[in-house]
Amino acid sequence: MTDQRVVDTVSAAQGDPNAQQPWADLGLKPAEYAQFREILGRRPTSSELAMYSVMWSEHCSYKSSKVHLARFDELMTDRMREHLMVGIGENAGVVDIGDGYAVTFKIESHNHPSYVEPYQGAATGIGGIVRDILSMGARPVAVMDQLRFGPLDAPDTQRVLPGIVAGIGGYGNCLGLPNIGGETVFDPSYAGNPLVNALCVGVMRHEQIHLARASGEGNRVVLYGAKTGGDGIGGVSVLASETFAARGHTQNQHKKRPSVQVGDPFMEKLLIECTLELFEEGLVGGIQDLGGAGLSCATSELASAGDGGMHVWLDRVPLRDASLAPEEILMSESQERMMAVVEPANVERFLKICQKWEVDATVIGEVTSTGRLVVEWQGETVVDVPPRSVAHDGPVYQRPLIRPVQQDTLQADGAEALPRPATGDELRATLLRLAASPNLCDKSWISDQYDRYVRGNTVLAPPEDAGVVRVDEQTGLGVAISTDCNGRFAKLDPYAGARLALAESYRNVAACGARPLAVTDCLNFGSPEDAEVMWQFAEATRGLAEGCRDLGLPVTGGNVSFYNQTGDIPILPTPVVGVLGVLDDVARRTPMGFREPGQSVYLLGTTREELSGSEWAHVVHAHLGGRPPSLDLAVEQQLGEILVEARRHGLVSAAHDLSDGGLAQALVESCLRNGVGARVRLPAGVDPFVALFSESTSRAVVAVPGSAEARFLEMCTVREFPHARIGATEGVGDGALLEVDGQFSVPLGELRATWSATLPAALD
Amino acid sequence: MKVGVVTFPGSLDDVDARRAVNLAGGEAVALWHGERDLRGVDAVVLPGGFSYGDYLRCGAIARFAPVMTSVLSAAESGMPVLGICNGFQILCESHLLPGALIRNRERRFVCRDQRLRIENASTAWTSQYDEGVEVTIVLKNGEGGYVADDTTLDRLEAEGQVVARYLGDNPNGSMRDIAGIANERGNVVGLMPHPEHAVDDLCGPSTDGLPFFTSVLKELAKA
Repeated sequence: MTDQRVVDTVSAAQGDPNAQQPWADLGLKPAEYAQFREILGRRPTSSELAMYSVMWSEHCSYKSSKVHLARFDELMTDRMREHLMVGIGENAGVVDIGDGYAVTFKIESHNHPSYVEPYQGAATGIGGIVRDILSMGARPVAVMDQLRFGPLDAPDTQRVLPGIVAGIGGYGNCLGLPNIGGETVFDPSYAGNPLVNALCVGVMRHEQIHLARASGEGNRVVLYGAKTGGDGIGGVSVLASETFAARGHTQNQHKKRPSVQVGDPFMEKLLIECTLELFEEGLVGGIQDLGGAGLSCATSELASAGDGGMHVWLDRVPLRDASLAPEEILMSESQERMMAVVEPANVERFLKICQKWEVDATVIGEVTSTGRLVVEWQGETVVDVPPRSVAHDGPVYQRPLIRPVQQDTLQADGAEALPRPATGDELRATLLRLAASPNLCDKSWISDQYDRYVRGNTVLAPPEDAGVVRVDEQTGLGVAISTDCNGRFAKLDPYAGARLALAESYRNVAACGARPLAVTDCLNFGSPEDAEVMWQFAEATRGLAEGCRDLGLPVTGGNVSFYNQTGDIPILPTPVVGVLGVLDDVARRTPMGFREPGQSVYLLGTTREELSGSEWAHVVHAHLGGRPPSLDLAVEQQLGEILVEARRHGLVSAAHDLSDGGLAQALVESCLRNGVGARVRLPAGVDPFVALFSESTSRAVVAVPGSAEARFLEMCTVREFPHARIGATEGVGDGALLEVDGQFSVPLGELRATWSATLPAALD
Repeated sequence: MKVGVVTFPGSLDDVDARRAVNLAGGEAVALWHGERDLRGVDAVVLPGGFSYGDYLRCGAIARFAPVMTSVLSAAESGMPVLGICNGFQILCESHLLPGALIRNRERRFVCRDQRLRIENASTAWTSQYDEGVEVTIVLKNGEGGYVADDTTLDRLEAEGQVVARYLGDNPNGSMRDIAGIANERGNVVGLMPHPEHAVDDLCGPSTDGLPFFTSVLKELAKA
């Protein structure tokens, strides 16, 4: 049987200028289609249409977010550039951590695919971000995942959560990358639209940095890795579009399945080792991973960042399915593929190394100086476009913004007015109820499905405040990473919410003793075509950009995910912020758990009556209203300096940031970590409930050994930073108590049982 | 003393196993799956990971790798061989050890700090332990449930071939809580937990895994 399908070529497009084309089905707007015709001076071929449609999709072009993301550049200062080696725009940003080492890290979303097919969606989310990091020239060394689900007891959560967790574990474990942290948050707004964000961090020597550009006329373009199949075709344009949000989910989720890619972590592991050997041998000029928009993205981005021209023989692409049409090959999002630009003299060695790793490699093209990206299929030209027009000249939308009509009403409805516990017994019951609540409970049901030990460099992993990996075994140089976001705060005030996410992540990194250095973000929002969502987005990016400027930390890259909504209801605005810090010696990091009895416990920072958006209001009253906690980043920075200096001089044996659940939850976690109890006295003149459950920012709990106490006090005093000795660690084991003087006490055994029962009860 | 660590496509803990060998005072030598040459090593570690993506069955393809031909004959003539996790699966597939490893009872991958009891301190890989000592070593596997027929299990128990047993909750449904076994001669040991991840207090739960590596170096020095 022969394939009778007619291939649409450039000459056919010239011959039949008015042919009907399915641009609307590909998620394009009439004006966008008109723009292609203008750029090309004719109608696009079906292959060109495929390329433009995926590259001009929201996911690839950032068309709705670009004008707002520009703030990150506008607010960049020299101080922020100091350690920045590669900034926004490449596959991932790169920062200098000293001793000749560079670190690259980034978060990306895989929300919609993970809803449709939880296991594969989440797995390929890990695969994609790992290839981004690899393509910078780095060895990936750790991953983290930021997950958000509907209510724990919702039937759909029970469907998506186990699959997503298994997918992250299945892929990440098989790559041999330790999972060093993350977040798991439950909120009704994510019920029909879970968030699956994944972070990867990689390490390289300065001279190993690689970029995505095709330079040098005559250099060969090599496609290597898995064969190209029919999976994930149009994934970015169909899945990351309004059609996903608008159509009812459940009846359509099966139809979407062909748009979700299928991962093969074994192939990715080979691809990583093979690519690192290719780097080592100096055989790679430019390099780009194939992720969203597949070959369309890789060829157009490489060409437009380089000498501007590329000729591709598309029929040389090794296929898993021989019946694929050229436009499908261009759009396919088959996983575990990379594209490299290689000097002709190096091609043979390049292919030989691929062979050693049993990775398919094929020369499919050449760099040209024509300024055109030309794709040939069986002797006919099917694409002939200026690559920049595909990769960079996508539309830029100044979407309308409206501050939600309800915003004032929402902010006026503060949680401070809600009925609150007063007696010791009531406070005790509240502490236990919060500790058992889905957002605060023990997450080891999840984290125990991830390998946190592989590669032998994991110094801190969940449930610690930040993940820490050693970079250099000789010197102990290492990095710490934390990611955070409280979407409820962001809903109450998106500007403040983004800054609060940044502050929390910063504090977590500082708490383990690392000096914060750089930021990545994953901005998860509803539809950009909803003016109220767009306002949330604009406010959040403004807040984050200004916050980064205030802290002197560059945003090195990240990701925007729009259309996260169920019907017309958007998710809580969720700007996840990741902060990376440096530790000159990981052996001296500060863990979160109390380590031994008889040490003083100090509360650093100021507690105010700030209960709106708190975990208490959420759990006990299902309430969301009011204004989020106030934040002064200068104070946050001071706290950070104290935590980092205290670590450097060995003045604290444990440090834990205060955030969700306030002081009460921080004490619970610090006690349970190593089974060491504590007896604390709340400050006089403050409502004990506020002291325990307020979520004021810029606070931390630290344990100070007696021998260091005088020096620790002096450090706080000299800096005029608020500090109070609230008690001491006391007792070891399940019988030890967490005791709040004059109010209540709880044996650690009871606390642990309550805290750790929630997820197994819901998911086993 | 040279201890070879084999890298198969999909091996993950090979770097860690080499580090453990070096920390124990040996010289780690990287061995490649595609080569028969054992490069003059005195002992071999088959490390953890997902060799060949665990396709077909864990360890089923790795067992046919060229290097395994040499490992098999060396093991039969008494060379100490330690298979960790995926390495244990490969040893079972190679019939150097009896029984098989199946999916965890809970059907989930599990990573945790596992308490174990060392049941046999006379193998080439455990002589530096006190018999009956309780240790904490990293366990991480998706298919770690040890199974064998009753006759085999009874024989393993009777001959002292059970090397280590899980304490507390059985993490993966292994029969008789078996975490590791040895062949009759005691030179070949298969272990589901990962001693190479418990050699350094900073990046592991303990240093309880180090004696696996010091034991073999001691044994080799004696020989």
